[in-house]
Formats: sequence, C-alpha cells, structure tokens
Amino acid sequence: MPENAKAAVRHSVPPIALHRRITDHVMTGLSIVTVIVVLTPLFAIFAYLVYRGVGSINWAFLTQTPKPVGEAGGGMANAVVGSVFILAIASVIGVPLGIGAGIYLAEYARNRFGDAIRFTADVLNGVPSIVIGIVAYALVVLTQRHFSALAGGVALAIMMIPTISRTTEEMLLLVPQALREAAYGLGIPRWRTTLSITLRTATSGVITGIMLAFARVAGETAPLLFTAFGNQFWNLRMDQPTAALPLQIFSYAISPYDEWHRQAWAGALVLIILIVFAVAAVRFAVRRGTFGAA
Amino acid sequence: MGLPASPQPDMSAPQPFEAKKLSELPRVGARAAPLLKFGTGETGDRIFKSVMMLCGVAVLATLVLIVFELVLRSGPSWHAFGLKFFAGRDWDPVNESFGALPFIYGTLVSSFLALLIAVPLSIGVAVFTTEMCPVFLRGPLSFFVELLAAIPSVIYGLWAIFILVPILSNYVEPFLARTLGWTGLFEGPPYGISMLAAGIILAIMIIPIISSITREVLMVVPQHQREAALALGATRWEMIRIGVLRNARAGIVGAIILGLGRALGETMAVTMVIGNRPQIVKSLFAPGYTMASVLANEFSEATGDVYLSALIEIGLALFLVTIIVNTLARLLVWTVTRGQPASAHP
Repeated sequence: MPENAKAAVRHSVPPIALHRRITDHVMTGLSIVTVIVVLTPLFAIFAYLVYRGVGSINWAFLTQTPKPVGEAGGGMANAVVGSVFILAIASVIGVPLGIGAGIYLAEYARNRFGDAIRFTADVLNGVPSIVIGIVAYALVVLTQRHFSALAGGVALAIMMIPTISRTTEEMLLLVPQALREAAYGLGIPRWRTTLSITLRTATSGVITGIMLAFARVAGETAPLLFTAFGNQFWNLRMDQPTAALPLQIFSYAISPYDEWHRQAWAGALVLIILIVFAVAAVRFAVRRGTFGAA
Repeated sequence: MGLPASPQPDMSAPQPFEAKKLSELPRVGARAAPLLKFGTGETGDRIFKSVMMLCGVAVLATLVLIVFELVLRSGPSWHAFGLKFFAGRDWDPVNESFGALPFIYGTLVSSFLALLIAVPLSIGVAVFTTEMCPVFLRGPLSFFVELLAAIPSVIYGLWAIFILVPILSNYVEPFLARTLGWTGLFEGPPYGISMLAAGIILAIMIIPIISSITREVLMVVPQHQREAALALGATRWEMIRIGVLRNARAGIVGAIILGLGRALGETMAVTMVIGNRPQIVKSLFAPGYTMASVLANEFSEATGDVYLSALIEIGLALFLVTIIVNTLARLLVWTVTRGQPASAHP
C-alpha cells in the first residue's frame, strides 16, 4: 500500500515548468558568482599586502625615522610609536567614558532619557570621521594654537565612545537579574554590585566591544590629518604634532617615489599586524585574568 | 522529475533580544546593615549614579558640541555666500570665492555609483549565505565578508592606487569606451584615476555593511513564510523572491541607505583615487572631487577665515546629510528586526 500511495503522490505533483527550473538554476548560479566577486578583492588585498609588505619590511624600517626624499633607507619607527601613543591617549579618554555611559544606560536609564542617549550614540557612530576631525581641530588645536597628539587622541576617543557604550550596555543587560538580586540580598550596595558583580560577569563581552572600537579607530586617517598632523621626527609630548602610521602610509602612497611606495606597503602590513596583535593580546590577557580570578 | 535541490529548513528561528526591565530594587535597610561591613551605601550609590550619568550625558554633549562648533565656525562663509554657496561652481581660494556644487556632485555621483555596484552583489551574498549555502560554509563566509569591513580605509586606498587603477586604465576603461562610449558616460582618456575608480573602491568598502545587515533582516523572516511558498510548489528561487525578499523589503532598503551613509562620508580611499579636481563632468573617466576629500586635502592648508569656514560649512552639510540618511536607515531596519514580524498570521 505505501508503495502505491507514494506513486500516487508522485503522480499528482505536476512537473515544474522548464523556464521555472532554469530561472531557479540561473539565480543560484548568479548568487554564487556574487560571492566570488565579493571575496576576490578581499583576497587580492591581503595577498598584495603580504607580497609587497613582507619584501619591504626590514630592521631599518622598524627602527629608523624617515629619510629625506632621495635618500634610500629610513623607516617608520616614529610613526609606529606615534600611533601607539595617540591610541593610548584615545583609550584613556574613551574607554572609561564609554563604559560609564554603558553602565548608565543599562543600569539606570531604561527610560526616555536613556533612549535619547542611545539614539545619540547611534547617530555619532554614523558621523563621518573627517567631521570628527574638524571638531577636534576646533576644540583642541585652535585652543592650543598648534597641532598635537592630544587633539588626535580626542578625535579618536570621540569615535570610540559610541561603540563602547552600546556594546557595554548590551553585555550588561545579558547578565541575569538574579545575580544582581543575590548581591543586594547580601546587603552589597548597588554601586558595588554593578562594579564587582555585573560588570565583572560581563567583562569578556565589554572587552570585545572595546577591541572592536579600538580596531576601528586604529586605522583611521581622516581625523588625524589636521589634529595629530604627522611628524618626521620622534615625539612623545602631548602638545606636539605626532607621526601616525596611517598618516605616513597616506602621504607615502600619494608621493611619486618608488622607495616611498615600498615603505607605504610595509607600513600597511605593520598596521594590520599591529591591530590584530593588539586585539589578540588583550583577549589573551583577559582570558587569563578571568580564569585566574575564578 | 524530482523537485530541485531542497532548501534548508533548519534555519534557526530568530531570537529577538529583549531587554529585561530592571525592577525597582529593594533598598538595603539601615537596620539590616550593622552586621555587614558595607554601610547602607546610600552616599556611594548617589555618587556612583551621578558619575555614570555624567558619562551618559557626555555622549549627548558630544553631539551638541559637534553641531555647535560646526555652526559657529561656518558662520563667516554663511554670511558671505548664503544659500548660493551650495549652487556655486566656482572654487577659488585666491579670490575667496567659494561654491560647493562640484563637491556635492562628486559625493553624490561616487556614492550612487558605489550603490549601483554594491547593492546587487551584497544582496546576492546575503541571499546565498542565508538561503542557499551549506551550513558549514555559513560561518566562514560571513566572517570573510565582515573581514572586509575591518581593513582600514587608507589600505583600501593604497591597494586601489597600485592595483585597481592600473587594471582600470589598461583593461576596463578602454573596454567600456569601446562598447559603451556612445552613452557619453565613458569617454576621454582612460587614466584610471577617476570617478569610476572612486565608485568601485567605495562599493568594495560598503558591501560588508549592506550584506551583513541584509543577512540579519533575512534571518528574521519567519520560517513558515518559506515553508508556505515551498508547499505551494515554488522553486527555491521563487520561494526566496516571494517568501523572503518581499517580506524583507523595508529592511533591505534600510541596509542600502546605511551603506549610502557610509559611502557619503568615506574620505581616504576616495581622496587617493578620485583625482581631486573640482569640476562637473558627465564622463566617469574624468577626475572629480568629493566633500570629504576636499576637507582632507585643503583643511590644514586653508589660509584666511572665509576659506576655513567655507570648508567647515562643507563639513556641516556632510554631517547633516549623513545624520538624516542614517536616521532614516535605522528606522527602516528597526521596523523590520524589532517591530512586528512581517507575517500577518502567527
């Protein structure tokens, strides 16, 4: 009987018209093609980055400052250090503010006012980075009367805050309410609960948010153009113009010299490695830390 | 005569994330306290709350500050040119005569060109990853596409200058000139550095955004919409078209607008390949200039108050446009992913 029933069913399904089947196959093929087309530039970029970059990185590149035009050699050591310096300033300003805003949004502001802040953070996220640069210029450079590492740090910090605060908020909301209540039950004040219980539980998520923001601003060039400005020499003073890796890559890339092009590729590779390395290092440290505490 | 490859019915149902409301917390009574080393914590709580609130208010203040600074500093240019600023074609720093039309034109044309290329590709990728590809490929594929978003824009520019532009000028542009030259969009010498190059590099940069948000939106389409379409005898593509894409329309449009917002404000990669010449030319082979790249190139060298404030006014215009575009996009995406699902029958 089942045999017959199956046959009957098979019989009752009309065959699908040829043009419909062809359309189906064509569309499947097309979407596979789109995937290939989209992934090609990705692999091309990484391939060229490694191919041109590895050949150009050498000891001098990592230890020396730029040589004047026409002289061979020289490197971007000051730009690497400058980038780290600017990013450190940005993190010192942006991370506490971002986490604080996230805590406020998650723990206190489940209301209209909180919605306004949430919306503002999303809007800030979409503001073009060059516009942030203008604002940092107006706020810091015009008051200090010259370009400075601090101005660059402020610009990048403004870009970090929205991402950090929104991810911190999301991560804190994932912490079960029962944990908070248990802490209150023990008589622990609310602020202490938030810091030692809630935030502590959400640490790894919060760190992910910070790294996301960090990776995003680490490669930013536009907001540094007229804040940190760039520098051919070493600088570790907050109030002086400072070299940064993305700036150096930009100015070398649009220069007419082959030697500088070579260095731009090397710089790009170093920048990518720096970003990946920083993210991996912080993740590793955090994982160690939380396991150690537990 | 069997049905064509069956679709994957194993897509996990969407799990909308719902924020739990904080219930009003019981105060720790003063009488219960003495046994514990923490006090009532009233003072600490109050201080902590106000510090956190300050951080939250800082976010609001930043936006207000951005608007305030931009409006304040663009004043001289506004007084000198008024609305004519946005209609003038003349950009002459020496004679202090400024018109922003070539930059607005460049920004719009390069962004729309980017959308033209990026939209079909991104939707294709999103459809493939959610509806067609084997489950084990789904994770790696979206990871790779999102990796594109992590590359700094200056590296895109570097790659574009040394790889994309030569390819364009040697192969693509001569080909386009031969086949489509009669349209007038593809004429003139194929230097490579052009509006076309800017459009292409922008497209590569916005594909990850559009495709990842489209993917999110497609995932939220209820599974039974797909099943219903298949039950009616639809092929897989018909199921995607009728059951999935049609339901996700608003969200996809939102994703596209979000991509547009990114393209409008993108600076470095465009500056490196667009040629930086303030002109309005029909041909896509000709160099152009965008609002963001004029800021990148001329801001630190601007001498004179009017020149500087003209640049800041361009920044203000860019800021306002991106805010409007982003708000619109967020609302559209939000209606799809957070609001009522598109299905009428639960």
